[in-house]
Amino acid sequence: MILTPTTSNTSVRTDEPGRRRRRRRPQLSSWLFLAPGLVFLAVFLAVPFAIAVRLSFTNQRLSSPLPRRSVGWENYRALWHDAAFRRALTNNLIFAAVVVPVQTGLALVLALLVNQKVRFVRFFRAVFFAPVVMGIAVASSVWFLLFDRQNGLVNGALDLVTFGHVHPQWLQSTHTSLIAIMIVSIWASVGFQMVILLAGLQDVAADLLEAAEVDGATPLQRFRHVTVPSIRNTLVFVVTMTTIFAFRLFDQVYIMTQGGPLGSTDTVLLELVKVGYERQQVARACAISVVFFLIVTAITVVQRALVKERT
Amino acid sequence: MIRSQHRPRRRVLTYAGLCVAALAFLGPLLFMIVGALKPGNRVLTESASWKAFVPTSPSTHNFQQAVDRGSFLLLLRNSLIVSSITVVLGLVVNSPFGYALARFRFRGRRALLMAVIALTIVPFQAVAIPLLYLMSGWGWRNTFTALIVPFVANPFFIYLFYSFFLNLPRELEEAARIDGARQGRIFISIAVPLARPAFATVGILAFLASWGELLWPALITDDINVRTLPLGISVFRSVPPIDQGVILAFVLLAALPTLALFVALQRHFIASVARSGIKG
Repeated sequence: MILTPTTSNTSVRTDEPGRRRRRRRPQLSSWLFLAPGLVFLAVFLAVPFAIAVRLSFTNQRLSSPLPRRSVGWENYRALWHDAAFRRALTNNLIFAAVVVPVQTGLALVLALLVNQKVRFVRFFRAVFFAPVVMGIAVASSVWFLLFDRQNGLVNGALDLVTFGHVHPQWLQSTHTSLIAIMIVSIWASVGFQMVILLAGLQDVAADLLEAAEVDGATPLQRFRHVTVPSIRNTLVFVVTMTTIFAFRLFDQVYIMTQGGPLGSTDTVLLELVKVGYERQQVARACAISVVFFLIVTAITVVQRALVKERT
Repeated sequence: MIRSQHRPRRRVLTYAGLCVAALAFLGPLLFMIVGALKPGNRVLTESASWKAFVPTSPSTHNFQQAVDRGSFLLLLRNSLIVSSITVVLGLVVNSPFGYALARFRFRGRRALLMAVIALTIVPFQAVAIPLLYLMSGWGWRNTFTALIVPFVANPFFIYLFYSFFLNLPRELEEAARIDGARQGRIFISIAVPLARPAFATVGILAFLASWGELLWPALITDDINVRTLPLGISVFRSVPPIDQGVILAFVLLAALPTLALFVALQRHFIASVARSGIKG
């Protein structure tokens, strides 16, 4: 390139006075470009996070006449011994263990289906994506009725298929409530993962697939040895995202069960709201925030390591 | 094309798979629409069979109730205010940030880029309680400001803009610079128009996130005058007298604006979400 990129202006060393003024301009204007974002990021993300860490070592309440004092690791110790919190964390883990593989698998199947060159494929794509657009609050309200133990459509269909032998209590039973939440979650968000995987599939080199076909590879072999390796990073991303979403589980349980019955659908974020808002124990909720942050960070670090390994 | 003609069996299987899946997705949607048209006492009594999909004695009574008793229009107005301002401010704040990271050389650029990437990990929920604590102190509870400002600057959106501008050829900007245009002017009249896909992506993702947000409004508001739709749904469902038909009409009305937008901008929605996966 003949043109000197502006970006190198700062590195051009010259003592001409006219040049020098020009050299400083990018410096100043870059900070003008950055300033609004920096202010928002600092005030509403970085500083609150620092405050979360700090308050988690105190006895702060939302509004309290008592002075704030340091309590060391007490909040974390209390969390560790808090049966409700442990239950919530366990629920998140079970939820993740089931939903991540099932939802990723279903998303991949849907992505493969809508990646075929058949008619109405855009219609199907839109149908699968519609719940994502509607929002979880809407989906949860509808499924709350579908899961009604007496009159719900889900049990109606089950009765028909099993001649009345299988009739779960769904949201009313500690055994099935989390399963119902899983089903709603998958229904409401699998379209999102589908679209991301579809983008990955469309980047798979067609000549590679054709070469494999010419070499006599079966469709299954082509999928395993050409498609899957090509979309590996996308798959890792989708798995990570779904895992993080699993730990962010909140809207569905807030609307459908409020964590019940008997804590069987309680989650970390629901505990965060109960402790921090309803019980106004800000310090303890901050400890939950920090734990939550560490979980999400750990998942992300693992993902980045997995992606780097290959690229 | 040739392949699919060669393999009718595969096409049949594809269609079968697509139709089964579509049934699972359309069923609940149809149930919602039909139920919204039914008298409330019939929604559940008729929902265990095929009758769930037949609008027996349909009327718009439920919608009327959702608007009158559920204050639907007020909640819709609130959601529109919060989401539109969040999206616009988000574009205005994040795009120049990403542009500066991609185009300018200034001291601390690399460190700042690393900081932005590191911040993409911090989930909003991890700062919700300290924000609640801070904003309660500032008297910001039950304000639109409190609902908007935490979602304006977004490290991931900054990163999306950054990588978009990084891959954008700079020739036009260079030419303008030689003609003596200032940085701000170059950004607004050259870079921004070229970056329309990035703006669409960030705008749509920010809109979907803001429109669906439930946790933060549940923490920071308890006043219906600033309540947004997701929290409005959650509250309205538990206010007696509980009428399933009215609830379904309410959630259907709540889903309609975004569904309409989606139908109109389908390709952009799909492309935006697809682009959000191109990361790492």
